[in-house]
Amino acid sequence: MKSEQQYIELYHEASSVIKERSCPVMNVVRDEAFEAFRQVGFPSKKVERYKYTDVDAAFAPNYGISLSPLTVKPSAYIYNMKDAPIDVTPYYHQVADCSDAITALNTALVHDALLVYVPKNTRVADLIVVDNWLRGTAATMMNRRILVVMEQGSEATLIINDHAADKQRFLVTQVMEVYCHDNARLDLYEIEETTPLCSRFSNVYIREGRDCSVKHNSITLFNGQTRNLCDVYLQGENSEVTLNGCAIGSGHQRIDNNTLIRHEVPNCQSNELYKYVVDDQSVGAFAGKILVEKDAQKTVSQETNANLCASPDGRMYTQPMLEIYADDVKCAHGSTVGVMDETALFYMRQRGIPEAEARTLLKNAFMGQVIDQIKNESLRQRLYVKVEKRFRGELDKCEDCRLCK
Amino acid sequence: MSEQNEFVRQVAEKKYEFGFTTDVHTEIIDKGLNEDVIRLISAKKGEPEWLLQFRLDAYRYWLTQVQPTWGHVHLPEIDYQGISYYADPTAKSKKNPQSLNEIDPELMKTFDKLGIPLEERLALSGTAVDAVMDSVSVKTTFKEKLSEKGIIFCSISEAVKEYPELVRQYLGSVVPPKDNYFAALNSAVFSDGSFVYIPKNTRCPMELSTYFRINARNTGQFERTLIVCDEGSYVSYLEGCTAPMRDENQLHAAIVEIVVMDNAEVKYSTVQNWYPGDAEGRGGVLNLVTKRGDLRGVNSKLSWTQVETGSAITWKYPSCVLRGDNSQAEFYSVAVTNNHQEADTGTKMIHLGKNTRSTIISKGISAGKSQNSYRGLVRVGKHADGARNYSSCDSLLLGSQCGAHTFPYMDVHNNTATVEHEATTSKINEDQLFYCNQRGISTEEAVGLIVNGYAKDVLNKLPMEFAVEAQKLLSVSLEGTVG
Repeated sequence: MKSEQQYIELYHEASSVIKERSCPVMNVVRDEAFEAFRQVGFPSKKVERYKYTDVDAAFAPNYGISLSPLTVKPSAYIYNMKDAPIDVTPYYHQVADCSDAITALNTALVHDALLVYVPKNTRVADLIVVDNWLRGTAATMMNRRILVVMEQGSEATLIINDHAADKQRFLVTQVMEVYCHDNARLDLYEIEETTPLCSRFSNVYIREGRDCSVKHNSITLFNGQTRNLCDVYLQGENSEVTLNGCAIGSGHQRIDNNTLIRHEVPNCQSNELYKYVVDDQSVGAFAGKILVEKDAQKTVSQETNANLCASPDGRMYTQPMLEIYADDVKCAHGSTVGVMDETALFYMRQRGIPEAEARTLLKNAFMGQVIDQIKNESLRQRLYVKVEKRFRGELDKCEDCRLCK
Repeated sequence: MSEQNEFVRQVAEKKYEFGFTTDVHTEIIDKGLNEDVIRLISAKKGEPEWLLQFRLDAYRYWLTQVQPTWGHVHLPEIDYQGISYYADPTAKSKKNPQSLNEIDPELMKTFDKLGIPLEERLALSGTAVDAVMDSVSVKTTFKEKLSEKGIIFCSISEAVKEYPELVRQYLGSVVPPKDNYFAALNSAVFSDGSFVYIPKNTRCPMELSTYFRINARNTGQFERTLIVCDEGSYVSYLEGCTAPMRDENQLHAAIVEIVVMDNAEVKYSTVQNWYPGDAEGRGGVLNLVTKRGDLRGVNSKLSWTQVETGSAITWKYPSCVLRGDNSQAEFYSVAVTNNHQEADTGTKMIHLGKNTRSTIISKGISAGKSQNSYRGLVRVGKHADGARNYSSCDSLLLGSQCGAHTFPYMDVHNNTATVEHEATTSKINEDQLFYCNQRGISTEEAVGLIVNGYAKDVLNKLPMEFAVEAQKLLSVSLEGTVG
């Protein structure tokens, strides 16, 4: 039996309960999404965007599905979808793409959703923080859905933390849709610190209007198997997007980041910087595509992917791609997989720094390039510490949440 | 503006220089593909039983496969039953001509027109040529001189008869018949091609060259080239190709296999100028080729240089398997696409031995409504300590309706390897154009100059005579693209 079968059966059994616990806007698209999932099934490794992740194997174990309601602390900008202050019909499941099996499955099974809504011309000075805690007494599947609506001229910083509170197998699918209207600015951070038992499949879709600026940071500090997809649609002129990522793998961890930046209009700019350190038997994969459509003249795009293989068994796949249909563009990408600078190591050892320490320092400095770009001072400092701890092997569980003992 | 448009029109309508056909008596077998056809081809060539079996096994495997679709090209549906798999223009001439008088004069004229030095008077050019038209090798020059040094340079059909052990040992050892769809097809029906064997510690005294020509209608060309360079030897091999203009697509599915032993070096250069189809994208050659070199020996070296200006569709990845320790591989490519041409080309560098090094320099130029993609794989195996790769892929866009794409794949499984890739895409620098214009150089000429400068890194790697031809080709292929 292929593993999608159990989800098809699950849907037949549970769809009425899910619909009952959900809201109309989510139920409208549910059956259609399920049908799409039933037709495409889980992607095999022959599907270009899923080359490096065995989806079928990840979804094969028998997980119990979590249908517990979403609790949202009363906050100015965060809402449960059921209590949305705006009509979300023009947003919900508009940019998300059901030809992707994960998105289709998530849309079919998700019963609750989180809405982050920043009204027109509002500048949110504080950080908006969303903490996801994975808790359970048995192997559990969670389906998360986040909708971010930034109205005209709004500005915000959103941090999404992923923690696992229990030593249990968790399978998470997450679909996040981000809509930035003209002149909006959003700094979005996704920080994952879970356990080697967790599998995460996250699909982020970002749509930008005119004069927008979006920064997306994907930081994988500790995980089991992670697959992040990020699709950006630049649909208004003079917008820019920055996709940054840092991934640290050790043990048998797998980290697969797959990004697509679609330049649909002229005069937009995109920057991408992803860095990986793969240690032990871990596997890292990066595939980033910049697609410049026919009329998107004056596009400027830079994509960089740098990777460090720190152990003989670590494996790195990288695939930086350009697909360009307009002639007046400046696009470049660079990618490296390399070893630590022997002369730098030698220099440090000469000055009495033990080799292991010198290596840690170099790895830290290597990741520093991504962390340096974080605008928020306190977050930046916190991440410096976390990354260093991670390289020292001290961050083997998430430590911020009080739930972890 | 209208003047410019007129110029563009003129150039666009410019005839493909090599688009003539030769009226020569050609023996063509019936269209279609089945086991009997394969037996017939094999019988016509008087092949031994093992080779027939090799063909039949490949054919049976091919039947179980479907045509791949993953390339960034729009491959039209190919009617494999609508093609004749064997066309012999030498039917009237004597087989194995001992002197040029025994070759059909029409054939001689064809190669004369193409500027291929089959005649003794052109022997001064110092290149040994194997000329292949449709399915049969017409003539190989300089055979005697080469054989003095023990070098074997002949058509593969002849090699099967004269040196069966050598052929049997190496045929299919680099590109196995089950490698891919088109390799299986070629292994089943391959007609002719060149065989080169350079014995130990021999430096081939002249450039070896094969010239491929498709002439007959509704035929495909399935040549097979096998080059074996034994220990401590060196050879430089050139390949050129043209075809007449026809409205329908012609299929060209070749295999090139290269074996490089200890301390040996092979240079393989291609100037590919198959008929690219007309300005509307009608006709043209479908160039679906599997080329691979196996660097078996320590300190071996292989360099691929290709200038791709022709073909409606080019879909090929000349690759290197760096098996021997300290082996070195290079790939230099200029791919030009214009009108409706599509190219998805690049290379694969598979590092298996220790301290292996590879360099990839790829320059793509797209104009008109064409699509030009670089796709490359660099794989570093678990035991390839100290492997080093540098790739650089640049794309130049001329015109707003074309596309330039880069799809590099890197797969590194060793922590002492260094792999670097960089790519840029841009259009011709306005300042450079302006500078040329200012000094009285027309935009057309300026583009030619700039493009030749841009492709210089690669053109410099070509042997002299080829470099001149390639430069000319580049300018011709691109004329009328700026305006």
